Amino acid sequence: MNLDNLTSTSGEWLRANGPEADIVISSRIRLARNLSTYPFTNRASAHQKAEIEAKLRGYIEKLDFNPRLEYLNLSTVVPLDRQLLVERQLISRELANSEGPRGVGVAPNEIISILVNEEDHIRLQVIRSGFALDDAWQDADQLDDKLEERAPYAFSEEFGYLTACPTNVGTGLRASVMLHLPALVLSKHIEKVFRALQKINLAVRGLYGEGSRASGDFYQISNQVTLGKSETQIISEIRDVIPQIITYERQARQDMLRDNRHAILDRCSRAFGTLKSASMMTSEETMDLLSWVRLGVNLGLVDQITIGELNELFIHTQPAHLQKVLGKQLDSEERNSERSRFLRARLREIENQMN
Amino acid sequence: MHKCERCASPATVHITEILSEGKFEEHHICEPCYPKYVHDAQNKGDGKPFGTGSPELEEALVGQQECPSCGLKFVDFRNKHRLGCPNDYQVFQTDLRPLLENIHGETRHVGKTPRRLPKIKKEEARLAECRQKLKRAIEREDYEEAAHLRDQIKTLEEA
Repeated sequence: MNLDNLTSTSGEWLRANGPEADIVISSRIRLARNLSTYPFTNRASAHQKAEIEAKLRGYIEKLDFNPRLEYLNLSTVVPLDRQLLVERQLISRELANSEGPRGVGVAPNEIISILVNEEDHIRLQVIRSGFALDDAWQDADQLDDKLEERAPYAFSEEFGYLTACPTNVGTGLRASVMLHLPALVLSKHIEKVFRALQKINLAVRGLYGEGSRASGDFYQISNQVTLGKSETQIISEIRDVIPQIITYERQARQDMLRDNRHAILDRCSRAFGTLKSASMMTSEETMDLLSWVRLGVNLGLVDQITIGELNELFIHTQPAHLQKVLGKQLDSEERNSERSRFLRARLREIENQMN
Repeated sequence: MHKCERCASPATVHITEILSEGKFEEHHICEPCYPKYVHDAQNKGDGKPFGTGSPELEEALVGQQECPSCGLKFVDFRNKHRLGCPNDYQVFQTDLRPLLENIHGETRHVGKTPRRLPKIKKEEARLAECRQKLKRAIEREDYEEAAHLRDQIKTLEEA
């Protein structure tokens, strides 16, 4: 995989061609697995980690699955490129920042990635555009079977797939859905939604997972329980609750339009205008303004840009992407200037394509 | 009424320590002195004044039991919140079950199983058996048998 070309493309899951893509950005399935004959990563020696990495690399490269996965040895990838992979959601921050033998197998369309020597030996993830948990699960399940033909998994009949942290044991499954909920945030109904979700044991997180802020009004909803329920049961519990949240968000959007159409139109247009003309732009402001424009497109108030193009801008304006395009390290002030330059150029390009 | 053997106040705690071959020792202590007594007793040569007679159980009681595969103690897990190897789930199952119940509301897996499960199960059962035998061999200081078992475990692990 050529990391230098990544900044000119985007993952398939970002293209907004999946179901309910106006509100649901992506659906993700993650499976945690470990080899039965080694200590978990945190207790493995450097030598053992190297062995695990070599074995899994072999399995991943020979995996009989379409699309074929390309393997990256992360200990030889420079920090900026590792950060790039984090921003594209292909690897976790934890894997990027850890040390020692570790890697990732990535499908060229960026729908699948298999992390090696993260907290567990194997973290397999599938991301799909829109509300498509079942499709993502089907891919993950098949891929898991293929990998298991070669890799002897740590499994107990009583406790299921054994993981370094007991919060993942059993199915090892984390199913999550990324939602864009600007109207629920604006109408302050979002807290109510969270409380209801927490009551049924679902977790709510920001864009980049655990501990991250919900910038750009993006929220990730995922299961917490992994033991004592089947995979389909866990997935259906999330799948059943998402349509209600989508309905609430749509309702909140309609209410906004009915009561404050002019004010909303003004906010969306100003956001778009600022993105097209500002000369300094922080990451936070960018997320905030893009969120307004995204809402504007979905409400039919803005029509010069598509949802897919906007999704891409959320990712391509992140620090590592900007620095990768310029080919050098930038301090935060340089980044803010480069970010606005990038936005102006890209938005002009999109406008020209439309005309 | 007994007096505290440490400070001569009235003793309220009475301890009968059972020693080997039917011998026993009596201790009479007042409440303020009791924590000190426990502390001193634990640091005494044998270290186990309130012995249960079973070394495994005692080790488990103080979280010092060690996984024979990875050397993790349950206290290590309590501190770092990460287990050391797959075998820990078996070694610490009595401690883990209430924890799993807390996290997941359940303690038994009901989802997917590996397709190779029957084969793996047989191998894992043999491995567990060898580990048990190894532990016993070391306890009775039969190092020849232990070395033999260690080699067997290595072959099984590599298979």
